[in-house]
Amino acid sequence: MQVVLDGVGYAYGDLPVLDGVSFSVAEGETAALIGPSGCGKSTLLNLVGGLLQQQVGRVSTPGAPPAGCLNPLTFVFQDFALLPWRSVAGNVALALEHHGLGRKEREGRINEVLTLCGLADFADALPRQLSGGMRQRVGIARAIAVKPAVLLMDEPLSALDAQTRELLMEDLVAIWARERTTTLYVTHNLSEAVRLADKVVVLSRRPGRIKRVVEVPVPVFERHKLDHAAALQALQDELWGLIKTEAQVADREVQDV
Amino acid sequence: MSETQPTVTFRGRGFVPATKRWAPWLAFVLIIAAWEFASDTGLLPSLFMPSPHEVLLALYSLLVDGKLFVHIGASLQRIVGGWLLGSFAGLCFGFAMGIFVLARSVGLPVVAALFPIPKIALLPLFILWFGIGEPSKIATIALGVFFPTVVSTYSAVDNVPRNLIRMAQSFGLSTPAIVWKVILPGAMPGILSGFRISSSIALILVVAAEMIGTQVGIGAFVLAAGNLMQTDQLVAGVVLLSLLGLTISWLLGIAEKTLLRWR
Repeated sequence: MQVVLDGVGYAYGDLPVLDGVSFSVAEGETAALIGPSGCGKSTLLNLVGGLLQQQVGRVSTPGAPPAGCLNPLTFVFQDFALLPWRSVAGNVALALEHHGLGRKEREGRINEVLTLCGLADFADALPRQLSGGMRQRVGIARAIAVKPAVLLMDEPLSALDAQTRELLMEDLVAIWARERTTTLYVTHNLSEAVRLADKVVVLSRRPGRIKRVVEVPVPVFERHKLDHAAALQALQDELWGLIKTEAQVADREVQDV
Repeated sequence: MSETQPTVTFRGRGFVPATKRWAPWLAFVLIIAAWEFASDTGLLPSLFMPSPHEVLLALYSLLVDGKLFVHIGASLQRIVGGWLLGSFAGLCFGFAMGIFVLARSVGLPVVAALFPIPKIALLPLFILWFGIGEPSKIATIALGVFFPTVVSTYSAVDNVPRNLIRMAQSFGLSTPAIVWKVILPGAMPGILSGFRISSSIALILVVAAEMIGTQVGIGAFVLAAGNLMQTDQLVAGVVLLSLLGLTISWLLGIAEKTLLRWR
């Protein structure tokens, strides 16, 4: 399934946050969305995921979802959004229970994603017992349990410390290698974008418009190799050059919304 | 030189939010002992304040002639009936107000207007409507329980993290499923602490309601004892009320431990 945005605009009351955003994410592609804070990145993601009512333009998803897909547009949240009263397995089950799967298939899917995300030993643990990294692994396991057509990741690693972030990035690359899900990945962390995305969509300050779309020339699975380090660093510097002044302005802005 | 290299002194003492297990028991024992001593030496005339052992004797004689269970049974029946009725209605209205915009818009001002009325003032009206028997007493308790339950349920539902609800929506859960799987458990801590308040209100109202038109119940018993200057009986009734309140809060404590194990 692809994601196509055509002239998408959005305003909270009188405050425009997105203006004429058009781009598309191809089947199996990972697009990172970066930009200074308050540029409407999360708004855009919520529009794509149907959590916000579309106002201007059109978001469409051409193409068929993969077989066994229960929830085509699936989120991974920055704050994990786990139910604290449910165990790890229970949190994954929440995404499956209302789909009328047989008990056997449901438990099969839960075990499969828990194993894939390294959570097999924590199935009965409660979220409060887990580290931040493990909690987000639950969030990711819950998302892939429904076999999504499009993963919508809203700063999934931003609440984690730098070391955990490194570990989870490796996990994400491994999961994508397996699932080949179309992914829209919102982040403010440029190294995450350069490390994980096939292309990087750079948004301007509010109201967010597309500033540039940059393709990352190195395949995702080869980016950890040292011979690519210089090229990737150069790309990251280029992206920083694109948003630095606006980030400075955004930083000094007084919030009145 | 120790003068030029002073050791750092500890200055973080005190202000620790801990409790000592034996302290409350000791305090109880000391207070009762002092009370008994004051009564025995005549400092406290038994007409105004019976001694602890007189209260115990009064409780014992109530137990022996079987009236203890008659009074407690009658009061419990009213408390449980009124509390269940008021809580059920309060939960329904509280949930509706927490979830639906229209119910909230109408409900908030109505609750604000009716909440402050002392419900016992309505007892005469209820007696007119429902007669002098049990229904008027149960209605008074139910109404007294209803409003705090509505308020605590509404704010508990309102305080369920939005992000959890959006998460459930993003996975395509239906509205009833969101209410059942996300909002109800998320609101449970607030609802249970509301139960603590409403159960103590039920205890207050049962005593007041039993002072009109009944011979049985702890309230009626305390009133009759007071009229006859039987202070030992009166204090025995008050002790029963305290024990009843403690039992209720102990039961709620168990409910909290079981239902909120995840916290």
